[in-house]
Amino acid sequence: MKAPSISESTAPSSPRWLQPVLMLSPAGLWLLLLLIVPTLIIFQLSLVPNIRPGDVVNPSGLDNYWRIFQPESFPVILRSLFFAGGTMLSCLLLGFPVAYWIALSSPKRWRNLLLIGFTLPLWTSTLLRSYAWISILRRTGVLNSILTSVGLPALDLLNQPIAVLIGMTYSLLPYMVLILYASLEKLDRQLLEAAADLGATPTQAFWKITVPQCLPGITAGCLLVFITGLGDFINPELLGGTSSRTAARLVYDQFLGATQNWGYGSALSMILILVVSLAIALLIKYGDKNAKSI
Amino acid sequence: MQSQSKFHASAFFTALMFGFMYLPIAVLTFYSFNEAPNSAQWKGFTFSWYVKFFQDSRILSALWDSVLVASLATGIAAIIGTLMAIGLARYQFFGKKLFQGAAYLPLIIPDIAIAVATLVFLAVIAVPLSLGTIVAAHVVFCLAYVALVVSTRLTNLDPHLEEAALDLGATPFQSLLFVLLPQLAPAIVSGCLLAFVLSMDDFLISSFTAGGGVTTLPMEIFSRIRTSVRPDMNALSVVLMIASAGFALVAETIRYRSEKKRFQ
Repeated sequence: MKAPSISESTAPSSPRWLQPVLMLSPAGLWLLLLLIVPTLIIFQLSLVPNIRPGDVVNPSGLDNYWRIFQPESFPVILRSLFFAGGTMLSCLLLGFPVAYWIALSSPKRWRNLLLIGFTLPLWTSTLLRSYAWISILRRTGVLNSILTSVGLPALDLLNQPIAVLIGMTYSLLPYMVLILYASLEKLDRQLLEAAADLGATPTQAFWKITVPQCLPGITAGCLLVFITGLGDFINPELLGGTSSRTAARLVYDQFLGATQNWGYGSALSMILILVVSLAIALLIKYGDKNAKSI
Repeated sequence: MQSQSKFHASAFFTALMFGFMYLPIAVLTFYSFNEAPNSAQWKGFTFSWYVKFFQDSRILSALWDSVLVASLATGIAAIIGTLMAIGLARYQFFGKKLFQGAAYLPLIIPDIAIAVATLVFLAVIAVPLSLGTIVAAHVVFCLAYVALVVSTRLTNLDPHLEEAALDLGATPFQSLLFVLLPQLAPAIVSGCLLAFVLSMDDFLISSFTAGGGVTTLPMEIFSRIRTSVRPDMNALSVVLMIASAGFALVAETIRYRSEKKRFQ
């Protein structure tokens, strides 16, 4: 007799659509107002050449987009791509052995602790991490005082592209290690044993089994590092000096800097968003499904 | 024999990379106690940099602004982000993929693009920049992090518990409050910790959406360190690092415990 009747359990007092609307509309409205509409507005602005705040808006073409090929901005874009690509490569080269060792050679009960330990510096301030690299790399910094104390010549690394690459690699390496670890952890070890039994050298087994199996993870890690690197503002700004202006700085200048040009700045932002969306599309198509949860 | 030597080589390399990750932290800590203001040489132990920054009213007011922004943004994001994650997990509707895409976009889109879009939007609708506009902009990315962590937890929950509550006569609101939320609590807390730390760390979005009179801590730090090396910044770094490490420890412990429970 106590069993609830069907009408009680399936017909709530409120209409069916009320619950989903109550749950989704606060976040939905917030995103609509502060993400979707703003993005549409900068898209519209990006079609207006040389607009300044307060001007009348009349869309007139892609001039702002062609401007990126002009000599004052094209090298900046190329430099951004170079920094992002270089960081991606160095993160892969440095991160793979670390992820490999943690996933396959370290004692099992240490693995979580090792991963947490490796990613812990991510919780510290981005600005202060960059600042720490200034203290290490500057002319009278830590590195040079070590070098000169053992009789080696001092290096001038700060305000050079290499300093930016070091800073960016430092910031993004933990992400790469996490994603590669997730991929390496699932590696089918029996395949490696089988390969060894059949006479493959460890090198052969690595290139023919480990790498192909981890390819989705490698793709995901590389794309993530590349995308994040492309939008990096702080490392190039603090470590690279005036000769290392990147796309993010170029955008910044169009709004908060000396050369105010909102239309051009919007076009540059739209290009950044497009490149990133393209990379996400690639990630979803070819990347490791598990990597997305990180 | 060969695998033995390979083990040593890769273990050594990993140790080296651990060193790389902790080198900047060690350097900052070391120099925060160094008496010499502007040199890499060790001149003696001192607490004076800590005293100096604790008496620095501009740093303290920037710290206060940052904590206020991060708390408000995290609080709002916790509520609407959790509701969104539950709603997205529970209901099918037209345009759901698009909704999800938009919600998680801030995780991956460069900060500068979000900053620019928000600034232009606020200018178009003529809302004056203030602390409130920073909070509104921060909610957008805090929301994504909270929802991400909560939705991961949701996929691992037992759906029968909620059904049982409904069968036993609980209203949908009661079952949400007393059955679902307690199970989600660890995820909500660790999502909030992540969102709080990221909000405290944000430089670009704050600089674009802060009105005159509001300076968040990263904005203050940026304006100081871009010009010169400042020893009191070392002390500030250490204090912030200890706070962040505390946050990280709590978040990781919660995550570790709830994961362990899941596998039992």
